[in-house]
Amino acid sequence: MTKKNLLRFGSVLGIAVLGAGALAACSSADPLDNNSGGSDEPESGGSIVVGSQDYYSNEIIAEIYAQALEAGGYDVDRQMRIGQREVYMPEIEDGKIDLFPEYTGNLLQYLDADATATESQEVYDALAEAMPEGVRVLEQSEASDQDSYVVTKEFAEANDLTSIGDLAGIDGLTLGGNSELEVRPYGPEGLKSVYGVDVAFTPIEDSGGPLTVKALMDDQVQLVDLYTANPVLAGGDLVVLEDPEALFLASQVVPLASDAVDDEAAAIIDEVSAALTAEDLVALNARSVDEEAAAPTIAADWLAEEDLA
Amino acid sequence: MNLLADALSWLADPSHWQGSGGIPLRIGQHLLLTALALVIASIIALPAGALLGRTRSGGAVIGAVAGSARALSTIGVLTLVGLWLGIGIGPPLVALVVLAVPSLLAGAYSGVQSVSGEVTAASRAIGMSSAQVIRRVELPLALPVIVGGARAAALQVVATATLAAYTADVGLGRYLFTGLKTQDYGQMLAGSILVILLAIILELAFAALQRLAARHAAPHSTPALSSRRTSS
Repeated sequence: MTKKNLLRFGSVLGIAVLGAGALAACSSADPLDNNSGGSDEPESGGSIVVGSQDYYSNEIIAEIYAQALEAGGYDVDRQMRIGQREVYMPEIEDGKIDLFPEYTGNLLQYLDADATATESQEVYDALAEAMPEGVRVLEQSEASDQDSYVVTKEFAEANDLTSIGDLAGIDGLTLGGNSELEVRPYGPEGLKSVYGVDVAFTPIEDSGGPLTVKALMDDQVQLVDLYTANPVLAGGDLVVLEDPEALFLASQVVPLASDAVDDEAAAIIDEVSAALTAEDLVALNARSVDEEAAAPTIAADWLAEEDLA
Repeated sequence: MNLLADALSWLADPSHWQGSGGIPLRIGQHLLLTALALVIASIIALPAGALLGRTRSGGAVIGAVAGSARALSTIGVLTLVGLWLGIGIGPPLVALVVLAVPSLLAGAYSGVQSVSGEVTAASRAIGMSSAQVIRRVELPLALPVIVGGARAAALQVVATATLAAYTADVGLGRYLFTGLKTQDYGQMLAGSILVILLAIILELAFAALQRLAARHAAPHSTPALSSRRTSS
């Protein structure tokens, strides 16, 4: 097998895995259902079009928005799983989608590649500035989906760790993560310059997947880079280290809204954002991955739990 | 074209030729890993293939085993073994051995099996012991095909050893993974060029070995005959 084939095979495998996850998460959100109802009367008066990325966690959040609005008496047209930013942002700018869950840091980088803010509030403010005409950001949620440094609970307790800076002075630390982490500004260099932490580096090329987690649990590496919404964090064996110096780009859940989202609807969504904690998002994702529960079910259960619907 | 220039200037940068992530060290690791995988796979596959070839049984089994092992995704094997053994050089090594076994097994089987029964019968008739028949008749005659199997395996392994970087800081794969994820395509292409060069060098070396084995197998035959022998 040639290397090219292999790489292609790897990417096909990756897509297959993602696809399986997608199938598991969207089994009840039948896209045909949307079409048969929506395409006959595309401009149905007053209904709010809610969209989501082609990412199971994003779809759950979008479904929460949709159900919260429905509970508030609004008509909702669901347009879930619309690919990635390059695909849906033009649709949002055209006013074809009214409400969309996004992530502050990642969206800011998309809109303004030169943006330098990394701290949560600065990122949010810069993003509000950078929004295209006719679209605004509602209040951001505490829940985030961004890079973070994670250690085992055992290691954190043994060394009394709560923040990344607490790692300073510990010898023999090895950081595990994708190859590129070694050259990212928040990689070993950033750890050293911002927090005074020395680490060696081991590449584990599965983007915070099971190999990375196993290496951490086996103490082959002591520190890994995981996304803060990774459902594996729900297990309780891992601890996300705080990042007071904003080494990582903050990327919190934030709703994009068009003018079709009136003040009353915006208030409903703001209430949802205020209630959605970081732990909640991890738990929601874990239900999708572990129980293969569908996004509408997960969303409905969470809303009921929070007394929002 | 620009990309190629990027790759060449990346290769020309002296800082990439030294230190712990330098090109010579990574080439060394890459070749060592390739050799190790081939040796382990040979220890498993050659005796098994030769034995089955000698008894002229199990052709269907060999075909099925070799075929299904070839269909295995190397990165899948790597991930499975990684979840069992943990990260490091072990999982890629196992995956590369699994990759190399089918070609070696098929080569050993068909090489030994292709030795004419009349030749071995004649060898026994002139008083050779079983051990002598194997060592002095069957193996030399089968060698060109066995080396052919090893040649195919080596080519696959050296190209796939880039996956070692999936769970370990080893080999030329680091340049590919890092280059891809940081959009440093010059580095990625440079890494690919290095792997391609290694593959070509190995291929030429094994081709020479195979010719040598063929000459040894049929020292007095015409070139046409020896090439017919090796092409099975």
